[in-house]
Amino acid sequence: MKTIASFEIKYYQFLDEHGKPVIENMPALASDLDQLTQLYKTMTQVRIFDDKAIKLQRTGKLGTYASSLGHEAIHVGMGSAMKHEDVLAPMYREYGAMMCRGVKMSEILTYWGGNEEGSNFSGPAHDYPICVPIATQCMLASGSAMAFKLRKQPRVAVTIVGDGGSSKGDFLEALNAAGAWQLPVVFVIANNQWAISVPRKKQSGAQTLAQKGLAAGLPSVQVDGNDIVAVRWAMDTAIKRAREGKGASVIECITYRLSDHTTADDASRYRPTDEVEDAWKLEPLIRLKAYLKDQGVWSDDQQTELETECASAVEDAVTEYMNTPIPAITEMFDHMYDELPHDLAQQRAFALETENG
Amino acid sequence: MAEITLVEAVSMALAHEIAHDPDVVILGEDVGINGGVFRATAGLQQRFGDDRVIDTPLAEAMIAGIAIGMATQGMKPVAEAQFMGFIYPMIDQIICHAARLRNRTRGRMSVPMVLRAPYGGGIHAPEHHSESTEALFAHMPGVRVVIPSSPSRAYGLLLAAIRNPDPVIFLEPKRIYRLYKEEVTDDGEDLPLDMCFVLRDGGDVTLVTWGAMTKETLEAADALTEQGISAEVIDVATIKPLDMDTILESVKKTGRCVIIHEAARTCGVGAEIAAQLAEKGLYDLHAPVQRVTGYDTIMPLYKIEKKYMPSTARILKAVNDVMEMS
Ligand SMILES: Cc1ncc(C[n+]2csc(CCOP(=O)(O)OP(=O)(O)O)c2C)c(N)n1
Ligand SMILES: [Mg+2]
Repeated sequence: MKTIASFEIKYYQFLDEHGKPVIENMPALASDLDQLTQLYKTMTQVRIFDDKAIKLQRTGKLGTYASSLGHEAIHVGMGSAMKHEDVLAPMYREYGAMMCRGVKMSEILTYWGGNEEGSNFSGPAHDYPICVPIATQCMLASGSAMAFKLRKQPRVAVTIVGDGGSSKGDFLEALNAAGAWQLPVVFVIANNQWAISVPRKKQSGAQTLAQKGLAAGLPSVQVDGNDIVAVRWAMDTAIKRAREGKGASVIECITYRLSDHTTADDASRYRPTDEVEDAWKLEPLIRLKAYLKDQGVWSDDQQTELETECASAVEDAVTEYMNTPIPAITEMFDHMYDELPHDLAQQRAFALETENG
Repeated sequence: MAEITLVEAVSMALAHEIAHDPDVVILGEDVGINGGVFRATAGLQQRFGDDRVIDTPLAEAMIAGIAIGMATQGMKPVAEAQFMGFIYPMIDQIICHAARLRNRTRGRMSVPMVLRAPYGGGIHAPEHHSESTEALFAHMPGVRVVIPSSPSRAYGLLLAAIRNPDPVIFLEPKRIYRLYKEEVTDDGEDLPLDMCFVLRDGGDVTLVTWGAMTKETLEAADALTEQGISAEVIDVATIKPLDMDTILESVKKTGRCVIIHEAARTCGVGAEIAAQLAEKGLYDLHAPVQRVTGYDTIMPLYKIEKKYMPSTARILKAVNDVMEMS
C-alpha cells in the first residue's frame, strides 16, 4: 500500500470577532485603511438596505425577499475584488456583490417587487441576473469562463452557491468542467449553516464543503466569511490565479444566516434561538468597525453620519422603486425573442384587446 | 368530521398512508421539522419519525433517483419537489427510469412512487415559482399525472396515487391550497385515477378545466347562469390518462366546449382534449372548440401575473363567442 494522493483544507481568518488581527503578517488590505473604510461603508449600506427591504415586504410594498443579513463580508468581498469586465453569476441574496458591480438598490427592489425590469440593471451588461434555481448559476459561470478562455480574454467569472446548493449536481458538474479545462472561474460557497430548515450536517457527510473542489482538482480553501480581510485575500488570490490562466478555485466562506431564509420563512420553527444569538457575536460589521476604530480611522460620529447617509440613499431608492411603472401587458411578449413570431404577435394583440375590454 | 383546506387534505392523506403502510416514506427538501414550505407535511416527522419523513440534501435529480431506487425495491416513496419550477432536474430520472422500468423489464420491475409538487401562479411568488408545466409530464409515456382541485379530491386522489403501482406525478394547485375548506373524512377511501369529475351539470356549454382554474371556471358558470346559459363544469383531475368519455358525453349534450388552463397555450393539455374532440366528437359540436389559456410567454413576475392567467372575464368572453357561433 502506498499513498498516491493526500489532501488538506486550510482555514483562514485574519480578523477575529473582536476585530483583532490574529497573526502578525497580515495581508496588505489590513493596512489599506482607505479601502477597508470604503468596504465597511458598502457593507453598512447593504445592511441598512436589507433592513428596509424587509420592512417594505412586511407592509405589503415588496414581494418575498431574501435577506443578506450576516453575509455582507462575503458579498462585498466578492464584488469588490472583481474588475468591471469580469462576470458575476449570483444566487439570490448577494446585494453587496451586485452593488459593488453597479446595480442600484432601486433595481434590486424592482426585481423583488415582481418586475423583470429589475434584472435589466445598471451593473455590467454581461453580468447575470439573480438566479433562483439553486446552483444552476455555477454552470453559467463555467460557461462564461469557457468563452473567456477560448477567446483569450483575461477575464474571470465569479459565482456563488450555498451550503445547500453545494449538494446539487449543477455545482459539482460546473466544478468538474472548470477543473478539466482549467477555466478562469472562482466558486464561492456561502456556507451559512442552513438551507432553509436543513442544517449543514444533514447536507453532506464531507468534513468541509471546500473539499468538493479538491475532487475536481481545484485549489480549495475555507475562510472566515465574516472576516472581509480573509474573504478578500482569498478572492484576490483566486482571481489573480484565474486571470493568469492557471484555472479555477473554490473558497468556502463560513458564515451564518442571521435572518429567516426569506420573508416567506419562519426560522423559529426549526432553529434554536441561542444558536442565532451566538452567531450575532460573530457577524462581520462589528469586527470591521472595531478594527477601524483601533486603527484610529473610525469614530462614533462618523458612524452616525454614515448611517444617516445610507438611510437617505435607501429612501431615495425606495422612492425610485415605488415610482417604477407597472409593466404593460405587452412587456411579457416583447422580450421573448429577437423578433416577435407571428403566433405570439396574435396572442399579444388578443391580450391587448381583452385588456382594453 | 373536520373542515379542512386542500393542503391539509394532502397532509391528511400522507399521514393516513404512512400510518397504514410501512413502505410509505416521504422525502424532500424541508419536509421534516419545517413541515414543508407550504406545511403539507406539517407535524408528520414529529409523529412518524425521521426515517419515515426524510429531509434530503438539496438535489432534485437525487431525490427523484433515490425515490425510484426505493420504489423498485418494494417501498412506496412519496417524493416532493418544493416547487414545480425545481422539478426539471428530476425529469431525467423520471423519463429514463420511472416511466420505463416496467416496460423495459416486461413487468419484472415497477416504480410505485409519487412525485408531489405545488404548481401554478397567482400567489405573488418569486421568479420560477409560478409556472404550470403539467403538459411536459402528460407527454411522457409511462407516468400518470393527477391534479386535485378540492380538499376531498386531494385526499382521495393522493391516496390512490400512493397506492398505484406505477409512477404518479401529483401536482398541487397552490393558489387554492387554502382558498376554501371542505369536510373530509379520514376514512382511507381513495378516488379513481382515471376519471373526470363533473362539478356542475349544465346543458348549453361544457367548460373543461383542472387545478386552480376550477375557481374562475365555476365563477364563470355562476355568471353564465345569470345570463341564462347553463354551463357544465368538468374537472379533468387526472390529465393522464385522460377520461375523454366523460368529456365526450357532456359535449354530446351541450354541443359546445371551452377548455380552460393556466398553462401556456401551445401543446398544452387543452390541445390534446381539443384534438380528441375533433376525432371523436366533431358531429356533436355546434361550434368550434375554444381554449382560454396562459400565453406562450414566460410567466411574468408577480406585478402582472394576473394578466397572464385566464380570468373569469376571459372565460365568459370565450363562452359568449361559442354561443354566438352556434
Ligand atoms: C433547484 C432548487 N430547488 C429548491 C429550491 C427552493 N429553495 C430556495 S433556497 C433553498 C435553500 C438554499 O440553501 P443554500 O444553498 O444553503 O443557500 P442559502 O439560501 O442558505 O443562502 C431552497 C431549497 C430552489 N430555489 N431551487
Ligand atoms: Mg445556506
